[in-house]
Amino acid sequence: MSPRHLDDPIREDAPLEDTGLENTSRPDLVPGAAQAEAAVREACELDQPEIPHGHMSGHSREEEVLERIERARKRRARVREDRITLAHGAGGKAARALIEAVFLEAFGNPLLEPLGDGAVTGPVAGGLAFTTDSFVVRPLFFPGGDIGDLAVNGTINDLAMCGAAPRYLSAGFILEEGFPVEDLRSVVASMAEAARAAGVWIVTGDTKVVENGKADGCYITTAGIGVIERPVRLSAAAVVPGDSVVVSGPIGEHGMTVMLARGGLDIETDLTSDTAPLHTLADRLLAACPGQVRCLRDATRGGVATVVNEIAAAAQVAIVLDESAVPVRPNVRGACELLGIDPLYVACEGRMVAVVAGDHADAALDALRSHPLGTDAAVIGRAGDDPAGLVLMRTHSGGTRVVDLLVGDPLPRIC
Amino acid sequence: MRFVDEYRDADQAHALADRMAALCRPGRRYQFMEVCGGHTHAIYKHGLEDYLPDAVEMIHGPGCPVCVIPMGRLDDAFHIAEQPGVIMTTFGDMMRVPGGRGTFLDAKARGADIRMVYSPLDALKIAHANPGRHVVFMAVGFETTAPSTALTILRAEAEGIGNFSVFCNHVTIIPSIKAILDSPDQRADGFVGPGHVSAVIGCRPYEFVPRVYGKPLVVTGFEPLDVLRAVHQLLTQLAEGRCEVENQYARVVPWDGNARALSVIGRVMELRGYFEWRGLGWIPHSALKISERYAAYDAERIFQIPGVRVADPKACQCGEVLKGVLKPWECKVFGTACTPETPIGTCMVSSEGACAAYYNFGRFSRKRVREATRR
Ligand code: SF4
Repeated sequence: MSPRHLDDPIREDAPLEDTGLENTSRPDLVPGAAQAEAAVREACELDQPEIPHGHMSGHSREEEVLERIERARKRRARVREDRITLAHGAGGKAARALIEAVFLEAFGNPLLEPLGDGAVTGPVAGGLAFTTDSFVVRPLFFPGGDIGDLAVNGTINDLAMCGAAPRYLSAGFILEEGFPVEDLRSVVASMAEAARAAGVWIVTGDTKVVENGKADGCYITTAGIGVIERPVRLSAAAVVPGDSVVVSGPIGEHGMTVMLARGGLDIETDLTSDTAPLHTLADRLLAACPGQVRCLRDATRGGVATVVNEIAAAAQVAIVLDESAVPVRPNVRGACELLGIDPLYVACEGRMVAVVAGDHADAALDALRSHPLGTDAAVIGRAGDDPAGLVLMRTHSGGTRVVDLLVGDPLPRIC
Repeated sequence: MRFVDEYRDADQAHALADRMAALCRPGRRYQFMEVCGGHTHAIYKHGLEDYLPDAVEMIHGPGCPVCVIPMGRLDDAFHIAEQPGVIMTTFGDMMRVPGGRGTFLDAKARGADIRMVYSPLDALKIAHANPGRHVVFMAVGFETTAPSTALTILRAEAEGIGNFSVFCNHVTIIPSIKAILDSPDQRADGFVGPGHVSAVIGCRPYEFVPRVYGKPLVVTGFEPLDVLRAVHQLLTQLAEGRCEVENQYARVVPWDGNARALSVIGRVMELRGYFEWRGLGWIPHSALKISERYAAYDAERIFQIPGVRVADPKACQCGEVLKGVLKPWECKVFGTACTPETPIGTCMVSSEGACAAYYNFGRFSRKRVREATRR
């Protein structure tokens, strides 16, 4: 078999009668001989117009074939399989084709294009923020986003919460054998779009393929580097009694969207994920309240309740929330009521909690509300001194209770 | 979707608090048991104890259907789940309940195919989509969830889905209330009756509570004002020397219950002679099983379950907590060996369990919490 056959068996779009493969829809499963034959035929057909007839006569049959192979090797890589196979992770031609035709095609930027072992940047001014995150979500595609933009925005947000301007991302993919290439393309396209929208580059990456059944379609691991351009000291431990707790928008949309998108629940809603990059919002807040922002946290897993608990524990302050001040959209609230889930514990992917000095709460709100992602920002509580390390809440109906950490995922209750 | 804010109004809650305080006879203490775990959860989630007069104490009863499943039944469920070709399905709050051999999450980690569903119909859908497998639904709950289990079996029969069965652990509310009333250490002055269960069985079945045991009972819903109004009605009855069943939840609960739901249960299920309740022991006629006619959908008949009794851990005092004899924090292991991360008893598992609710929401001195939030 010539090298070309390994990675380029049959064009997906070739009509079946041309390939002599009427009986299969899985070109990657075609027995070798037929595959080889079809591939040679295809190569000839494709190359024909490029070859002026006059030149042909000067070549021997061998030269002709070698030349053809040479040209074939130089052609732009294409992924012709419609499903990921183990070959795509084996580091050979298939893997190369996947990288060039899917990842490079979508992410293309000067740091990625050399496809070196790592990306090399020029000198950077300022401190660096460095983060890593892994993304596993089921379903991979949900209203308002997919695992791709989730991964990019999530990494950007981790950097933004450090007060950094996000610059470079890496992306590692664990793909399950049999994962549709079309789906991979969609995921990669939304990563590219999210990166473009946020002005970051995906500069290095990796792909591994695991056997069918050993993973859930597609997992993504990222790392991100951001530059600290403005002198900030953000730390949960810096929170002191009297500070205000601000949330940048309505909570719980991502988590409820994904939970409902898993199906099995006959609840009709118009919920969409809130996934969004928060770096410009964070920047606006930091610029408006220099030195007055104690800490920023994105309220992902475990939701606002978890973030606030972590802050209370780190700073050894009491945080008192006001349930009626917490912005929750009616559709999220409705779904939460039905499932017996507290929206305070539901993940957000485009919301942050900021703790600001009490006398700067209004300035912080004005800054956040002037940004499209912060129009519904609200002060939801404040820090006090006793009981240290605890989060309390004045409930909607005027009672009080403790808001503790959850043990595991919020699980729907039955009655 | 309609909202429930009208039942969460703080002004009305304050007004009720004043009226309740006025009804308490000086020097007298009142203990009311809320039978239903949903009420326990509501009381803690909304911080309703703040509104109750100091003389009123709520006892958290046995009404969390997850909390009362005995360990042996869970081991039986794990056994079924581990049979080749079986997909076990159950509600989310069952996943962390400890049996003798760990939890469903542990069984899943050992390789059993266990899936969380939101309703028995979801389990039936899984059966339809996996004709080569056998799908078992672990049914738990009071009369609230029994109708949907029964309907699912009828649907399975109508659609000719043969690879589906139910491991039935439905329990009935009335015998458990009786068992509590008969227990010598019971000390409640009145009962807050369950809301959702009563939507099915109605209010009539509770009439023996005032008639035979001389205790008032008010059926109510799960919103803050529902619970507060029910306590107010109990105090009013006691103040006026009345003792009746009252329905504060008429917007959902018909006095005679839901005849259709009851008849569906009656068609598909029958009473068991005895059923073991965690902490409460064996209670006659307190649970449902699949009737002979639908034996083909009964996992207990299809699979040889070991049916081993597993004694509750020695340290566990769930029984006393379920009966209201002990407050959660009075249990020897509460908050030390027994926490929501490492539950010893089931009351610590479901968020409706008395111990978990208390641990999550209520374990700090009310006074301190109140002061912190008023500051
Ligand atoms: S603390 Fe644990 S063992 Fe004790 S009663 Fe509660 S759940 Fe049971």
